[in-house]
Amino acid sequence: MIGIEHYLTVAATLFVIGIFGLFLNRKNVIILLMSIELMLLAVNINLVAFSSFLGDLVGQVFTLFVLTVAAAEAAIGLAILVCFFRNRGTIDVEDISVMKG
Amino acid sequence: MEREFFLLLSGVATVSALLVIVARNPVHSALALVACLVQIAALYVLLGAPFLAVIQIFVYVGAVMVLFLFVIMMLDVRKESQRRYLKHALLPGVVVLVILSGELIVLLTQSTKLHAAMGPGQTITTQPSVEALSLLLFQDFLLPFEVASVILLVALIGAVVLARSEADVTPVRSRKDHGEVRR
Repeated sequence: MIGIEHYLTVAATLFVIGIFGLFLNRKNVIILLMSIELMLLAVNINLVAFSSFLGDLVGQVFTLFVLTVAAAEAAIGLAILVCFFRNRGTIDVEDISVMKG
Repeated sequence: MEREFFLLLSGVATVSALLVIVARNPVHSALALVACLVQIAALYVLLGAPFLAVIQIFVYVGAVMVLFLFVIMMLDVRKESQRRYLKHALLPGVVVLVILSGELIVLLTQSTKLHAAMGPGQTITTQPSVEALSLLLFQDFLLPFEVASVILLVALIGAVVLARSEADVTPVRSRKDHGEVRR
């Protein structure tokens, strides 16, 4: 029988992979956005697993809200990315240093 | 049977998540993320939340990932992103990986104590229904639901305003004047 620990383990693995991608791939902003999506997904798995094993539907409602915010974040992030690419002609993270003091 | 399905789905999800990180081509990364999302939607079905699985596929695979692929292909960054890794990012990355995974392993192995604190969880006795979820959503969580719609509206308008080019902002006549002056 699959317990809640197994689902939490999968979620933790995905979260760590997302964090690792954030640290490793600092060359391309699109990959950074995908890593953030991966981390949000891991959080969603946690919420659904607890909702299912505790018999409480509130976790699923919160998953819906997290999904909404993730979609909005992806849209805004990609719009900023397109704007930046149009101005600079690159999307390297190293080149995004206008506000560096 | 549930165990085999769980192992298959979680294994494929983990492998494709790793592929998202290490793939050189951003298009491959996006497709691997699509595979990961589908596996996790299937995990939702295993957990007894089929509605969320459908919504996840609609929203993520149908909308967000298509947006990602569209932007990747529009910007055409495939050539310049061949050398994607920073030179000195590996060491701090590995340090963070070790610390975080150690913390999560400790939390998972000590979770029996947390279980004792939470009390025994009861599994859902009734069949999970969209009806119960919608009743909860539209009764107890009506205000957050409306706020979510406002967030989506703000994201929509913000994305349009951000992605609009400068030429569209200036009126037609002044653009024409600029052209004549330049000539």
